[in-house]
Amino acid sequence: MIELHIVLVLMIIGAVVATEINDLLSSVIALGAVGFGLTLEFLLLRAPDLAITQLVVEILSVIILIRATIGTKICCDPIKTRAAYFVFAALFTGAFLAFSYRALAQLPAFGSPIMKMGAQYIQEAAAKTGAANIVSSVILDFRAYDTLGEATILFTSVIGVLAVLRLAGRNK
Amino acid sequence: MSIYILCLILFAVGLYCLLVKRNLIKKIVGLGIMEYAVNLFFILLGYRHNGQAPILDKEQAIVNMVDPLPQALILTSIVIGLGVMALMVAITVRLYEKYRTFDIGEIRRLKG
Repeated sequence: MIELHIVLVLMIIGAVVATEINDLLSSVIALGAVGFGLTLEFLLLRAPDLAITQLVVEILSVIILIRATIGTKICCDPIKTRAAYFVFAALFTGAFLAFSYRALAQLPAFGSPIMKMGAQYIQEAAAKTGAANIVSSVILDFRAYDTLGEATILFTSVIGVLAVLRLAGRNK
Repeated sequence: MSIYILCLILFAVGLYCLLVKRNLIKKIVGLGIMEYAVNLFFILLGYRHNGQAPILDKEQAIVNMVDPLPQALILTSIVIGLGVMALMVAITVRLYEKYRTFDIGEIRRLKG
């Protein structure tokens, strides 16, 4: 699976570019590159539904972020950061990496998942739900309450966006 | 195992961006990178060598499928990520219209 590594290294390079570049529009576009790399990874990992969803969501989020940056007068604003920030952030990130590296030893090896629930879903999906796509049978039938909660969060965030961006305020 | 480490490095880049940068758009970008890394990590956990996509075929026997459960959960997580990002961008746009800057230190100073 060398192609997974190659795409993931490209994603890391894109993420570093998005972090360090001064131009905000370039940063947003680099984030879009990382998202499209994630789409490729999903395709390689045999998750076509996720690849389709990630493609659509990535296009939408890049459009939203460009809307936020394109009207701003300051295109390039190098914002200086204090040295203490760098030190604390580097310490925190290093501690995170060290702890997560230790935790990796507890995980099953790559390519051999445990699949306690997944095996049962695969066995029973065709008989119980009649859906050919097991992912959609899980989100729409076995775990439909989870999807209901997701729709609730999505519509709540839409209401929040409308409440924040609405122009007709009383005090204006 | 090395693919997990690369995924964690991607997460760490996003975490560093979120912690160090003081530009609000950069903070949103960092959160987005972290979200991508977590989504990818879950799908990596469910992958099986020489597995097939979790879609049934009529004349095909179920032999070697990747785990469908993380895929279903991450499918909802991706959509939630879009909603959260839209909300953050909306608040950021309003803050920019009021204070004419993206710098959080500057915003705090202007607020008094």
